[in-house]
Amino acid sequence: MRKKFSYIFILFLVTVFFSQKACSEETKKLLKVDWSFKGYFGKFDRASLQRGYQVYTEVCASCHSMKYLSYRNLAEEGGPEFSEEQAKAIAANFEVTDGPNDDGEMFTRPGKLSDKFVNPYLNDKEAIAANGGAYPPDMSVLVKARSGGADYVYSVLLGYEDPPAGVKLDDGVYYNAYMYGNNIKMPNPLSDGLVEYNDGTEATEEQMAKDVVTFLAWSAEPHLEERHKIGFKVIIYLIILTFLAYFSMKRLWSRIEPKV
Amino acid sequence: MSDQKKPKRRDFLFTASYALGAVGVGAAVWPLVDQMNPDRSVKALASTEVDVSSLEPGKSITVLWRGKPVFIKRRTQEEISEARAVDLKELKHPEKDEDRAKNPEWLVMLGICTHLGCVPLGDKGEYNGWFCPCHGSHYDTSGRIRKGPAPTNMEIPKYEFVNSNTIKIG
Amino acid sequence: MSDHNYVPSSKLGKWFNDRLPLLTLSAHLKEYPTPKNLNYWWTFGGILTFCLITQIITGIVLGMHYVAHADLAFDSVEHIMRDVNYGWLIRYVHANGASMFFLAVYIHIFRSLYYGSYKSPREVIWIIGMIIYLLMMMTAFMGYVLPWGQMSFWGATVITNLFSAIPLFGESITNWLWGGYAVDNPTLTRFFSLHYLLPFLILGLVILHIWALHVPGNNNPIGIDLKKPSKDTVPFHPYIVIKDLFALLLFLIVFAFFVFYSPNILGHSDNYIEANPLVTPAHIVPEWYLLPFYAILRSVPDKLLGVVAMFASIFILVILPWLDTSKIRSAVFRPLYKQFYWILVIDVLILGYMGAMPAEGIYLLIARVATGYYFVHFLIILPILGNKEKTLPVPMSITEPILGGSAKPEMVKKNFN
Repeated sequence: MRKKFSYIFILFLVTVFFSQKACSEETKKLLKVDWSFKGYFGKFDRASLQRGYQVYTEVCASCHSMKYLSYRNLAEEGGPEFSEEQAKAIAANFEVTDGPNDDGEMFTRPGKLSDKFVNPYLNDKEAIAANGGAYPPDMSVLVKARSGGADYVYSVLLGYEDPPAGVKLDDGVYYNAYMYGNNIKMPNPLSDGLVEYNDGTEATEEQMAKDVVTFLAWSAEPHLEERHKIGFKVIIYLIILTFLAYFSMKRLWSRIEPKV
Repeated sequence: MSDQKKPKRRDFLFTASYALGAVGVGAAVWPLVDQMNPDRSVKALASTEVDVSSLEPGKSITVLWRGKPVFIKRRTQEEISEARAVDLKELKHPEKDEDRAKNPEWLVMLGICTHLGCVPLGDKGEYNGWFCPCHGSHYDTSGRIRKGPAPTNMEIPKYEFVNSNTIKIG
Repeated sequence: MSDHNYVPSSKLGKWFNDRLPLLTLSAHLKEYPTPKNLNYWWTFGGILTFCLITQIITGIVLGMHYVAHADLAFDSVEHIMRDVNYGWLIRYVHANGASMFFLAVYIHIFRSLYYGSYKSPREVIWIIGMIIYLLMMMTAFMGYVLPWGQMSFWGATVITNLFSAIPLFGESITNWLWGGYAVDNPTLTRFFSLHYLLPFLILGLVILHIWALHVPGNNNPIGIDLKKPSKDTVPFHPYIVIKDLFALLLFLIVFAFFVFYSPNILGHSDNYIEANPLVTPAHIVPEWYLLPFYAILRSVPDKLLGVVAMFASIFILVILPWLDTSKIRSAVFRPLYKQFYWILVIDVLILGYMGAMPAEGIYLLIARVATGYYFVHFLIILPILGNKEKTLPVPMSITEPILGGSAKPEMVKKNFN
């Protein structure tokens, strides 16, 4: 039975492999990055997260919202871990619309830790109108919302190329080697030296892409580090208990079948 | 029965399995319990700031803090002296007015009757303070329980004056 | 059942038991004579019970934080993932738990197919099981709609549109299902309500399923009727309990790997994009456990017939006890059936794979052949096989075939292969 099973399994894998090959020719292979948050013990690189936040606010935030993040998240464990004071100062830089006050009017005030990230547009319609008909997606869960994840977003950021001969692009459309369909309405957002990092890291395109994608990966999965940590403990625990259960079982069954 | 030959090892094995299993069940239950505790977004809203510049003496406002009403009363001189003149021995829950209102003009307290959680009415009752309509508790101008079933005075939350016009509660 | 005249030892126990015989029930469950040669494929019943209870508990907890409203559902899921204490853990357990549930149920069903557990006198167990399976699919489908992502929305649109294939009443039925002219907030709220209800129906059916099982007792790898209790059986507690627990722990290790290290691998990335009725994702795929049926649906070029074929593929399983005419239960003694069994397994795997591929060209052709074979297996091969197949001699009892040795099923099989 076992032999037959493995035979069948191999047959299945071969079918899968061939049909996979038949359909994987459309898009270029994604750029692979050795992300620090991958793997069983993966953690975010704090400095990279902080730089990534800087890239986000200085470059992306003018068009892309991150509506599920709050300023307090910047100081929380497992994230960029700015100090509480730094996070408060960051929040205070933003004007938040609050209200209505006792006169029934909306007013603006400096941001607080509990505020959500300020949206660059009043609503989706305004965002679409301001960007030539393309909606700049909210980036809070962007990394989880694209197949290929962090590698995909990284590849798109670095995938701007001159269109191949024969490809004609409409006005306001750019060619991107990794974007689905190769057409993207966002102009290349990164260029060397676009931001000035506080920690002296050289702001190359690759560096900025890596940092901002790390930041986005965290914002999509803010509990990733905790998850990895708890997961490791849970699995070790389960393995030990499985062994105990196995020996208990052998012991109990030895009453019935002494030879086993 | 073969298990009677080595009772000790068998006991240890089963005891260890049971114990470890129980630990695991306990650990698995905790997230299911803890999820009902206030979450991180709720905890982040733990403080609120109130502008009290337009409040006249003798008037009070009610603001919402952590989902509960907070009375902010700007007391008149009369009310202050009434509150301060009370003999502590008369009180069910002895507290000095000086301790309850650091700045005597301002009384900031949770507007919740300590009996069963109703919201008392202002400027009512036999002691010119608050009166709880649910079960007839009377509070004085310092929010202390004077008569009725409530066991303690109305609670004073943590607060501070950010500046002369703004009170930060929490 | 042998333990009807159980008498509790304590006076209070007796008093209570006379009024509500819970202690008799518990004694029955403990002593329930179980074939001693059950292999690990039989542990999935216990695993499935665990899965159901886990889904119900985590589901109730998620329901405390989830908001069933088209404008708020997606936000509330993100709220659970970010702010609620351990919300991410509970949601990942629930989402991956659904997949693990189906993994276990498929193993359970295919075990039944291999060892002929659906045959007389266990037809009712099998039919209840199929109803549970159907309810599971409905529950899972509606649960997938709740996060209100793109796949939720478009999955709901596609599946509910199946009913528009019904002649004459199609449109009124879909409008009735949606509570509008498209999938929208009313659809979401009713799906939430039903998603909360159905698991409790499943729980009730599971109790019936186990009750019906305890009347004839378990089937076993060699598929013979046993005298109970006898040398061939062991009491359920502790022998089967500890074995089920051991298997459950192994299962939990796999489960934990998904939850903690690849929590989104079984889902679809498009479901992290909020539902948008104006944009359909490039490629709509249901959850993996529904893929074989999806492949059958798409392989028929006619809308109505496709839907009919899909439902027929499930209904055919319900009447399986009467399609399989063989008197011998276990495939161990049916050399030809064994071959066809494995071909069916491959066929279903291929259907599942084709369900995930675009319905065009070579994929569509393979899916059509596989769909055809699926029906041929149940409607033609099984009835004929039962009459024509030369079966191997069946032992009289579990302990008998191998003299003076243990009766491990593997050894039995080796002997007869």
